[in-house]
Amino acid sequence: MRFYEYESKALFRQRGLPLGKGSLARSPEEAKRAAEEIGGPVVLKSQVLSGGRMKAGAVKFADTPDECPALYEAIEPILVNDQKCRAVLVEEKTPVAQEYFVSVTWDGRRKLPVLLFSDMGGIDIEEVAEKHPEHVSKTHFSTILPLTPRIAKEAIADVGVTGSDLNRLTPIVFELMKLFLDYDLTLAEINPLARLEDGRFIVLDGHLDLEAEARRRHKTLLAELGIGEDETRQAREPTEFEIAGRKVNEADHRGVAGNVVQFDGNLGLVIGAGGGSLTLFDAVRNHGGKPANYCEIGGNPSVKKACELTKLILSKPGVEKIAVMMNVVSNTRVDIVARGVIKGCIESGKDPAEVITIFRIPGAWEEEGFKILEKYGVEYCDRSVSMYEAAGKAVAKMGAA
Amino acid sequence: MSILISKDTRFLIQGITGREAVNLTRENLDYGSTIVAGVTPGRAGRDVYGVPVYDSVRDVVKAHDTVEGAIVSVPPGFVKDACFEAIENGVKLLVVVTENVPRKDVAQAVELAKLRGARIIGPNCLGIISPDEAKMGGVGGPAANTRQAYRKGNVGIMSRSGGMTTEIASTLTAAGLGQSTCVSIGGDAIVGTTYAELMPLFEADPDTEAIAIYSEPGGRMEAELAEWVRENDSRLPVVAFMAGRFMDEMKGMRFGHAGTIVEGKEDTTAEKIARMEAAGISVAERIEEIPALIKARMQASRASTQ
Repeated sequence: MRFYEYESKALFRQRGLPLGKGSLARSPEEAKRAAEEIGGPVVLKSQVLSGGRMKAGAVKFADTPDECPALYEAIEPILVNDQKCRAVLVEEKTPVAQEYFVSVTWDGRRKLPVLLFSDMGGIDIEEVAEKHPEHVSKTHFSTILPLTPRIAKEAIADVGVTGSDLNRLTPIVFELMKLFLDYDLTLAEINPLARLEDGRFIVLDGHLDLEAEARRRHKTLLAELGIGEDETRQAREPTEFEIAGRKVNEADHRGVAGNVVQFDGNLGLVIGAGGGSLTLFDAVRNHGGKPANYCEIGGNPSVKKACELTKLILSKPGVEKIAVMMNVVSNTRVDIVARGVIKGCIESGKDPAEVITIFRIPGAWEEEGFKILEKYGVEYCDRSVSMYEAAGKAVAKMGAA
Repeated sequence: MSILISKDTRFLIQGITGREAVNLTRENLDYGSTIVAGVTPGRAGRDVYGVPVYDSVRDVVKAHDTVEGAIVSVPPGFVKDACFEAIENGVKLLVVVTENVPRKDVAQAVELAKLRGARIIGPNCLGIISPDEAKMGGVGGPAANTRQAYRKGNVGIMSRSGGMTTEIASTLTAAGLGQSTCVSIGGDAIVGTTYAELMPLFEADPDTEAIAIYSEPGGRMEAELAEWVRENDSRLPVVAFMAGRFMDEMKGMRFGHAGTIVEGKEDTTAEKIARMEAAGISVAERIEEIPALIKARMQASRASTQ
């Protein structure tokens, strides 16, 4: 989950990283006041969970505080890659001599954290790596051996930095590496890290991503930063439908029936499990079907959970019918899902035989499941019908409707 | 033969008294696996389906001599230490089934495993099966269901999805193609053992004649496999199925497994398919195409070696 720039900087400040003067503005007046306090030229930056702010016009410069309210009003409504502006960060405009790039992330191939450092910051690092590989260093480091500054020093020296710059950069880069491991981050990036004309270094922009799985470990930090428990910080804001899906999943600890993602089609999908859902979603689209949602069931959810998920999907505007499909299941019981889905249809006031286009969940307890489906006249199939074919049957029924 | 496990592989289950682990124990015993002991701190002296429970892996090793494998089925926050405990007590093969383990913990366990010459499969996986020999993990579910889907034979399976491991095996079995060993490698961004790291084992296994893999968006594992196949001039034909093609247009969104987020161009299915095909890996559009592709490739490679 991504942090806003101002949140990242609050954490940087806690850890003693050098930052310029600045404060957060939530209104045009606050923007003006912030500029007055700073004194001198300022930069106004949209606080948004996306890169590409400059290009989108969401970063502007002001020479005097009086210019700030109008600039705030210009920035605030701009969507950057569909992301809304939460506030505007007003910071002193500093005379920069050189920009550096530093980032720590995970390398899934080496299974280690990797430190990237470049003395050509401020621009797209992938481009730098391609055109000027000698200006980018890549250094893996251990997660179990003690972390010491020499790794940072070597990474910086690798691109040819020496003298007092090397000594001033080392503790900054080292701190970022520590921060990365201490807070279970998946990305810790400072870009640009600026050397000012007077030789000091300051962090101009930063980007931190906390791993969702580690949220529980960092409750104190999240509370300090004011990040609510229901903030997912995904690539887009969750919809009401998606929030409701999460509630269905969390209401009962048995199995998974959730992870719903909203689409705008007419065929509701009750699908699973992790890989099966991806496979089935592709299959429905390949047959020309229009999914109303993505979702995942697995890990043997209770009847109630499968029922509630079905009701939620059937209640979504535009959903005409549903398809219930999974890969061959091992630990999820076919009969329990069948029972839950049928119950969900009935409680939604629908005839299961009408509204369920196809039920394709083969595997554990399938005979019992198929008996129940037969009783309600629901069309089902076993593993002899492939996932792709089952999706085709579902889509065909939508065409006939 | 097979890779990683056979019916003689002796393993223990960490967290054996947990709900999921109790099921695992029964399913694995029923399938013919050799479970030496279980571990749950504070529960020494009990048993789960006749498997004795100990407080620590050290106690298991004292009572039963060296144990080759361990299934780790403990809550996410305890996984790292459970792995450390198994590794430091001489266990060489760990199957971590737990989901939602933070990446740093996985990386730490994997790093220690590497130092000690141990191997981790998972986390967030259903484990390993060498059909008609043994299984280690939840793969295939109850023994009867497992026997229905898996048959002994010559195709190795590697999959980032546990469920799709069984779907592919079941499809192969129906087409008369049995399996040597199937490995659910886990769906997280960092897993203990990748496709490319399993390839040398399959390559060295005389019973494996072809490989089927399930892959999805996110990460560089398919690129790594493609490189391995090219650089090592693998004798094994590889057929891949790629799920989640719709995600290419949905950068930054998370669907399915934790490891699927598309962050850069290299993470997309289009890019992965191109890389694999360039390395001579056949990419199936649908699961049901896999058996025919494998048969054709196996025939071609037999013809070329004769």
